[in-house]
This record gives sequence, C-alpha cells and structure tokens, in this order.
Amino acid sequence: MQAFRLLARYVGKFCAGGKDVSCAFVTGHEMPLAGWTWAACLWQGHVMPHDHDHPHAHLPSDPALRVKALETILTEKGLVDPAALDEIVDTYQNRIGPKNGASVVAKMWADPAFREEMLTDPMPRLKEMALYGRQGEHMVFVENTAEVHNLVVCTLCSCYPWPLLGIPPGWYKSDAYRARSVREPRKVLSEFGVTLSAGQKVRVWDSTAEVRYLVVPRRPAGAEGLSQEALADLVTRDSMIGTGLAREPGA
Amino acid sequence: MSRIHDMGGRFGTGAVDPDDNATFAKTWHERALALNLACGALGQWNIDASRHARECLSAADYAGFSYYEKWLGGLTDSLVAKGVLTLEELDAGRGDGVSPLTGRALKAENVAPALAAGSPYTRDTDAAMFAVGDRVQVRRPARNVAVSGGHTRLPAYAAGAVGVIELLHGAHVFPDSNAHGLGEAPEPLYAVRFAARALWGNEAEADDEMVLDLWQSYLEPA
Repeated sequence: MQAFRLLARYVGKFCAGGKDVSCAFVTGHEMPLAGWTWAACLWQGHVMPHDHDHPHAHLPSDPALRVKALETILTEKGLVDPAALDEIVDTYQNRIGPKNGASVVAKMWADPAFREEMLTDPMPRLKEMALYGRQGEHMVFVENTAEVHNLVVCTLCSCYPWPLLGIPPGWYKSDAYRARSVREPRKVLSEFGVTLSAGQKVRVWDSTAEVRYLVVPRRPAGAEGLSQEALADLVTRDSMIGTGLAREPGA
Repeated sequence: MSRIHDMGGRFGTGAVDPDDNATFAKTWHERALALNLACGALGQWNIDASRHARECLSAADYAGFSYYEKWLGGLTDSLVAKGVLTLEELDAGRGDGVSPLTGRALKAENVAPALAAGSPYTRDTDAAMFAVGDRVQVRRPARNVAVSGGHTRLPAYAAGAVGVIELLHGAHVFPDSNAHGLGEAPEPLYAVRFAARALWGNEAEADDEMVLDLWQSYLEPA
C-alpha cells in the first residue's frame, strides 16, 4: 500500500508539472493524490491539461465510473436514495417531455381565449393544468407570426422550460448552439433546414434569468378542423424552441 | 472579465449538429442529472451557487468536459466546499459514516411533489425604475460588482449596448448576490430588446433582434 501511495504521489507530481499537488481550492490543506486519481492522471496527463486543484479530480476519469463512485459515496452517507434517483430519471424519461408543450400550443391554436391567457398571464392556468414545476416557474410564450420568427437559447448555461419540454437535447447544450444562435441565427436555422418567409425578422431570446421562453409556432395551412390531439401531433419539440416549424398535416 | 461559460457570439465552435438529439445520450447522463437534483434537495446551496460552481471549473475542464461532466464537476466541488463530502472519501470511493444531513435526503415518494412545487424566483419589492418602451444602456463591463470574478447573468456581448424595455417581469432574486450567500437582494427584472446590429455589428441582418432578461442594476437610462 505504501508503494502504491508513493507511486500515486509520483504520478500526481508528474501530471502537475512537478509541483506538489494540493487541493487548496476548498480545503486549504495538502493532500497527495491517491486511489484511482493517479490512473485518471496517467490517462489525462497526456491527453489534455487537467486541473488537480478541484475536488472533482479526485474521482475516476471515466465519467460513467465517476457518477457511479459519487452515487456510491452519497448513498453510503445516507444523502442519496437510489430509489429517488430512479424516480427522477423515470420522470424525465417517460412523463415530462415536449408532449406537454405541444398540447398547450395546440390548445392555443384552437381556443382564442386560451391563447390570450397564455400570451398575457399563463402561470395560473398552467398550474391548474399541472404544467407547473421546476424550471418552469415563470413562463413566457412568444408567438411566431408572418413578421417575426422567434428562437430561444441560453448562452450562459442551458436554461430550458422543463415542465413543458422536458430536458433539453444535446445540441441545445452544445457550445456551437450557445455561441452562434445569437450572432448568426439565420445560419443556425439553415443548419436545421429552416427557411424563413421573406420579410420575417428573427428575434432571439437569450434565457439569462429564471424566465423560460416557449415559442408558439405558426399553425400550418390545412390544419382547420383537426382535433386538438391531431394539432398537437404537428407541434414538434424543435418548433417550440424555434429551430423548427410545425409539421404540415399529412406530412 | 468573463469566464469560459459566457459563450454568446464566440467564434470557432463549428456547426450545430441537429442529430445530437437525445435528451440522455448515455445512461450515466440521466444518473448525473438525478444526482444533481437529489443533492440540491440537501439545501446546502441554491441554483445560482450551483451554476457558479460549474462556471468555476478550470477553462480546460470546461472546454474538455461533456455537458454532464460539467454538472458532475460542479456538484463534486460544491459537496466538498460545503463539507458534505471529504477529499478522503472521494479518493477512497467510500462514504465515511452516515452524514448529519441524512434527514434531508430526498425520498422517492417526495420526488414528484418536489419537482411539481418548483421554486419561484419572484419577490415583492419596490416599483420598477423603467417602463416598457424606455431606452436603457447596459452597464460596462459585464461583471459582478460585489464579488471579483463572481457569478453574473450579464453576458459580455451585451455590455454597453443600448436597447429598449420589452417586458417587465417583476422583481426576481438577484443571482450576483444569491450565488455568493449575500442574500436574495431581489431587483426588478426586464426583458430588454436590442437590434441585432447593436450587439453584432453590420454582419447581422438589419431587422433582426435579440431579447435578454436583465436585472435593474445591469441597466442605466439611455
């Protein structure tokens, strides 16, 4: 074990460019690298710059193992109940997703009084409809028209209306989308295959606060007389972010 | 002045990949999300502090980490910073005894009520200084004025720009304060509309616009 610790310490110094490795970021005390950290270091020291000043560097480098390790420690300390984790995952895998938002948009298309309510003061009604909750406490609906196409982004992190759309897709959280949708929204739209009508301006909403924006796409031609359920089938997740349009009926 | 997370407008990121479409591309992604929510229930930090923890990842880690690795990094750092876990426990991969916080652990039966309850950020405070249609200038530079290098929700690209108040959101908790344990310090929050060209120059389309949510102390009359 002593030999192992020495090896770990040597590797730690090697990775830190010869400096003594400390985790002064939070604890202020010196602490040799040990356990699996040295293996992470062997791997990452040659692949990318790696920051040993942060506690997260004390977990395995493989992210799947890192999650597992953290869950194990937290469970042993009585801080996390794995059944609660299962419940959270099930909620966002199977129960809360873009169908919620699509049902609201379809109802806005079908019911002018409801549309007015959603555009002016949506929260009381959303609470009634059990479409309120974490990351959807302050909703604002922004409607696409012949003049304006709306697009939603969060440049600073990944803010997104969870109760209505679920957890965001990978691209929404990507550096490319966060960086470019504000500066060159039309190019980004073209990467999603979206072509705007002549004369439509683009309005990009950067979600910098706890207000969550949902785009109300334009109702496609030929959707008259469809039931709300059939209308909801035309409303895609991307159309409620602004990187898509509603589907044409029969398409 | 800004940290690496402040990405709006950055060049060099490549194309957006619409096929990167999954909510959870890997099983561990969903577990990482769930761990973050469950640990939030321990009540040791607020949402602004958790964002700041991710922002405090080193630039190399932030750039090299996948999305949920950033969440895990911020979470682990926060757990140690708050004394919930120790570095020794991380190294050993084992918890050293039951935590005094165990009574706060989120139980499966409380998940649905907790998620449905949400956490509203509006507060009752004084009337807003600006009205819809008022012209305002964003203060410059974009930084936390109380804490050097501290959390702020003022993106660098908006600093100094002149826009128009589009919406009043009421008073909201102020992240620049709340992230650092300095109190909620609620302020009026506005959606402010800018001409795209005011932010990006003439490369932007003449009629295109951007709207950002900005707190009152980020703004001055213009």
